[in-house]
Amino acid sequence: MSPLTIEELPPRDAGQDGRPVLEVEDLSVTFTRRGEQPTRAVDGVSFSVAPGETVGLVGESGCGKSVTSLAIMGLLPRRGVEVGGSVRLHGQELIGAPDRELRGLRGADMAMVFQDPLSSLNPTVPIGVQVTEVLLEHREMSKKDAVAEATRLLDRVGIPDPSRRLKEYPHQLSGGMRQRALIAMALACSPRLLIADEPTTALDVTIQAQILELLRELVVDTGTALVMITHDLGVVAGLCDRVHVMYSGRIIESADRHDLFARPRQPYTGGLLASVPRLDGARGAPLHPIRGSARDVIPWAEGCAFAPRCDNAQDDCLTEVAGSTVPLEYDGPGRELRCRHPLEYPRTPAGATASGAAR
Amino acid sequence: MLRFVVRRLLQLIPILLGLSVLLFAWLRALPGGPAQAALGERATPEAIARYNELFGLDQPLYVQYLRFLGRAVQLDFGNSARTGRPVTEEFLERMPGTIELTLFAMVFAIGVGIPLGYLAARRHGSWLDSTSVVGSLLGVATPVFFLAYLLRLLFAVELGWLPGSGRQEVRIDATRITNFYVLDGLLTREWDAAWDAFLHLVLPGIALGTIPLAIIVRITRASVLDVVNEDYVRTANAKGLATATVRRRHVIRNALLPVSTTIGLQTGLLLSGAVLTETVFAFGGVGSAIFDAIFARDFAVLQGFILMLAVVYVLVNLLVDISYGLLDPRVRVR
Repeated sequence: MSPLTIEELPPRDAGQDGRPVLEVEDLSVTFTRRGEQPTRAVDGVSFSVAPGETVGLVGESGCGKSVTSLAIMGLLPRRGVEVGGSVRLHGQELIGAPDRELRGLRGADMAMVFQDPLSSLNPTVPIGVQVTEVLLEHREMSKKDAVAEATRLLDRVGIPDPSRRLKEYPHQLSGGMRQRALIAMALACSPRLLIADEPTTALDVTIQAQILELLRELVVDTGTALVMITHDLGVVAGLCDRVHVMYSGRIIESADRHDLFARPRQPYTGGLLASVPRLDGARGAPLHPIRGSARDVIPWAEGCAFAPRCDNAQDDCLTEVAGSTVPLEYDGPGRELRCRHPLEYPRTPAGATASGAAR
Repeated sequence: MLRFVVRRLLQLIPILLGLSVLLFAWLRALPGGPAQAALGERATPEAIARYNELFGLDQPLYVQYLRFLGRAVQLDFGNSARTGRPVTEEFLERMPGTIELTLFAMVFAIGVGIPLGYLAARRHGSWLDSTSVVGSLLGVATPVFFLAYLLRLLFAVELGWLPGSGRQEVRIDATRITNFYVLDGLLTREWDAAWDAFLHLVLPGIALGTIPLAIIVRITRASVLDVVNEDYVRTANAKGLATATVRRRHVIRNALLPVSTTIGLQTGLLLSGAVLTETVFAFGGVGSAIFDAIFARDFAVLQGFILMLAVVYVLVNLLVDISYGLLDPRVRVR
């Protein structure tokens, strides 16, 4: 395997003074089906991503993180889905934008890498065509130039012998290669925003590390804003600058990576961190899973959705007692928290319980 | 690729051997034996004995079988009891008719079925969708001979728009080269003969094509509905490709894979003789020949036609397998 190399890209008008690439405000997604209660999969989600920044959306499966990413890209089906709130890419509003406009942005200004590289690639079309079609769609380019550029892209994401691979079909590539090919397609037009939806879940551990390293280099070298969607706290620890923890469709805790790992405040975040197996723990020490499952939720309208599984839960976590939904509130510099009874920490020097708690 | 074809052709040998044994045993198992079957119930014992001697039926079974086999490999299936002409000659005369009819039926079924199935899926839940689903169910459920009879009655007998029997007007004195009447007409530049032969294909072709049409509509619809939810279609949309490109390259191409399998199987089925349709339209293909042979107790024709049709069927399936490999790289043969 050739070393991972990222070529220097021409500096884009670097981030426009740190103005965020992506601003998501009060995003909500409701699935409506005839004859069924509408389900609110995402509610009141707000965050932003600056150029070169990596933001993690973390949570269990079903917490709404993938739906959030699809809503940002405008990839949710139009029928049976209501999207509310605002998503702005460099100030341009995407919610409610016409399909033609979104197609012009997707692949060019914002791109996405999906979870399962095999099913995300068309089995009957050669890799080369699947890479060049993006270039031909968004850039004024001849077919010949597009092929040359595709070769360069595959080489850049670390696929050896790229000109041969271009002629091959997805089933002829290994899992890691396929994910690299998908990343190459996403990078083809040097997007300003890249959303990676669990890009390493379907890969084995050594390949995972390589793919993450590739993404990290990419962000550093090109200033691309990266939204990392994952349930894997290891990925968060290695990659993300800022983390938003989601539970049952809402953000319940936001913090910078170091703060979050050092002092998780939401009992759910604390539970996630505690349930990660540790190599430096005592032999035979039991793991600490969060009890119950993501299905044991109550609607946010009735208080805190996590309350049924929470060890800190008290009576006022329910609206019957407290009178309103638990709000997402300021919780110290750079932090936000949705919890009435957060985890407390004694005044110890910072770092004593310390960074890398998840390792 | 070549090895694949050769291997498949070699597989033909055991298939044909097995079939020949079955056919041979079937004839011998007829009550009273082939002689009785051929001469009728009231044949005298003397006549039967003479018949058996004449055709070597008094020999031991294995001798009879080997002799039959020896002739069969030389494509000699004897002469038709009805017309006295060699069976192979009759087959070569009638097979082109069936091939033409099958082609017409399949072009009709594919040409209408795929667009209809695709549109039904695109407008999932619309009136077009429900109509095509119900219609295709009706198409599969309607007995072919009934539909053939109805079409003939309406368009040939009552309205007189289209010819309702035969492969060509007898008064047209067409030159025969290949026995494909339409093709012959084109080759000899006898345009009226070609056109007339083509018109003769329309009604039986539509009758014959209904079931494949209904199946193709259903499979195309289901397959498109499947494919539009595939991850790679989402990827294609995430790349911002134009809607037309997404549909053509990512949806339709993959959706047609299962459809192509169906088309192959249906073509093979139609080629091996549309007995009912050909009979209703008195269409001179292998189907009506088999029908006539059954009634005339023409066992030589039956034996020969069935064996040769088996060869045709296997060859068509081979073609289907090869073309499937061209469509789907995952099953491409090396």
